[in-house]
Amino acid sequence: MAKQPMLSGWGMIGRPGRELRSEDLAAVAAGVSLTRGLGRSYGDSSLPANGGAVAASPLADRILGFDPESGRLRAEAGVALGDLNRLFWPRGWSSPVLPGTQHVTLGGMVAADVHGKNHHVDGTFGRHVRKLRVLLANGRVVECSREEESELFRATLGGMGLTGHILELEVDLQPIPSPWIWSESERIAGVDEFVAALRAAASDWPFTVGWFDALATGEKLGRGILMKGRWATAEEAPAAAPAPKRRLAVPFHFPGWTLNRLSIWLFNTLYFHKHPRRPRAGIVHPETFFHPLDAIRHWNRIYGRRGFTQHQCVLPEHENPGAARRLLEDLTGAGGASFLCVIKDCGEEGEGVLSFPQPGISIAIDLPAGGGIQPVIDTLNRRVRAEGGRIYLAKDTFTRAEDFRAMETRLAAFEEIRRRYDPQRTLHSAQSVRLLGDAV
Amino acid sequence: MNVAILGATRGMGRAVARRLAERGDALFLLGRDREELSRSAVDLEQRGAALPVGSAVCDLERPAGFVTALAQAEERLAGLDAVVVTAAQFATQEALEANAERTRRLLDVNFARTVEFCERARERLLAGGGGTLCVFSSVAGDRGRRPVVLYGASKAGLTAYLEGVDHKFHGEGLRVVCVKPGFVKTSMTAGLTPPPFAGEPDAVARRVVRAIDRGTPVVYAPAIWRWILLLIRLLPRAVMRRIGF
Repeated sequence: MAKQPMLSGWGMIGRPGRELRSEDLAAVAAGVSLTRGLGRSYGDSSLPANGGAVAASPLADRILGFDPESGRLRAEAGVALGDLNRLFWPRGWSSPVLPGTQHVTLGGMVAADVHGKNHHVDGTFGRHVRKLRVLLANGRVVECSREEESELFRATLGGMGLTGHILELEVDLQPIPSPWIWSESERIAGVDEFVAALRAAASDWPFTVGWFDALATGEKLGRGILMKGRWATAEEAPAAAPAPKRRLAVPFHFPGWTLNRLSIWLFNTLYFHKHPRRPRAGIVHPETFFHPLDAIRHWNRIYGRRGFTQHQCVLPEHENPGAARRLLEDLTGAGGASFLCVIKDCGEEGEGVLSFPQPGISIAIDLPAGGGIQPVIDTLNRRVRAEGGRIYLAKDTFTRAEDFRAMETRLAAFEEIRRRYDPQRTLHSAQSVRLLGDAV
Repeated sequence: MNVAILGATRGMGRAVARRLAERGDALFLLGRDREELSRSAVDLEQRGAALPVGSAVCDLERPAGFVTALAQAEERLAGLDAVVVTAAQFATQEALEANAERTRRLLDVNFARTVEFCERARERLLAGGGGTLCVFSSVAGDRGRRPVVLYGASKAGLTAYLEGVDHKFHGEGLRVVCVKPGFVKTSMTAGLTPPPFAGEPDAVARRVVRAIDRGTPVVYAPAIWRWILLLIRLLPRAVMRRIGF
């Protein structure tokens, strides 16, 4: 018997399933339960529930128009952000929101309503989207926007592909003074200091993010590096456009034992001490600044065949001061060991009905999958519930339905809109079966 | 370079057209669907092709339109340096055996109509003083094999034609590039399990564009397929019969 085809997200935890790929996305999406992009969500957001086929958008990757006066771009959903960066950065335009990897499609950026280092000023990707062309469960193709079919539009931003297959979109690119970044970075002593430093940097810098060490203990808990940046002015920037970076690759899955508390501690400690005590400043390549992990292809393979997950949550830190520290203490208490974690302050909540960010502090923690993972996730989610935060669906693999429902006060509004456009819940994913109770 | 491409809206044709566009070449697109052609034309303009990218309907199953389509390309480009043909039909051996009409159409399009189109392109290129005719055949045409009996036969015929036309008109300034892709991950092969050494369209397109620039008569892409096919051509028939490749 032929081996059963498998699909997985970036976390490499596979499920039975296969992709239907075509330049004609509407043709392959008709009749299937979900469309996926480049499969960069970590968990089961882009996987079929029943082992069947899902449509894949990456071959539907044409730019359909660009107005250099207004910056408005129209494109098919499968255009990769990396392609857009390569084509438009040298022309003085950028995607208004740049998530941590450029190996995502524009359609996927809408479905997860992604955020970037500028969330505190520019919000999520959805804020800049003007129009969506969507194939509904009943086979009808509609264009939706803030003016037409506005509820469908809002539910599709961050709707994880559950409201319809995103075929095309219009988004406003941002003019940039140069394609290079002026960046400053500094050491931060601990998690509370991080929260304060992000808040202080927010008014002066359009891009901020921190990497911290969750294995350091006591006073040092959450020590790390804060990075701040802005587009360099034409005078500061090198004359040449930034060449696409050459990439190393992890050639194979590491054996399971290579990642352990000691090796992670060693890496985190080296990373912290590599940065000089004094703040550092200068021009950096935009890929290095926005998409640092893309420098190593297949970096997920360091987790070996068992795979990994990321727990990303946002906590309303100014309502509950100390929430971020309490989360890290719970993580340490539960024995979770993570490579560098990412910390970022979030601005206003987006329009997307299920969009992730809310005002507060977002923390992302990578954790190897395997035996002990569920209790760690449960512990973190208990903390998220207690603090009034929520989790990011694009990263999630292990959250329990009862935890998600308790965090997600907007779920009823989402399901109401979904009911109108897809009463049978024809559109679903492995994740929506797990968290929203969709029947297969 | 001024290039007309038949089949540029999808698959390998899209990848080759994009590489040419990104270095600023002037392109004219030929294909079956007017709407698809104009969407691809905008995409190529945004990727750097000389403005504007024109297009005209041209269907390999309607040879009456070949001359007009090529004339339009030459006129709009103000001279033609190369004609690229990536359009073709594909179906698995099982699907073709089950459908005689589909087999007839595939053999007709991939061999007879493609050759007919190439003849018109050759005439036009030679009338303009020479140029490059780059046509996608396939490694499947290198030897009769079980999984691609009919598709392979159509490509074997095309490969033979391309070699002949290269010999006959080389002296008059015609450069022929016969591209033999191995397994490339495009929509044509979507749903098939990729074998080892399967290629990505962009990498294949880069090799093809270099072959067009240099006038390389035969190009395997990805490059390793040249050696794989050398081995396969050398295998005795008795061995081929056993391995079922």
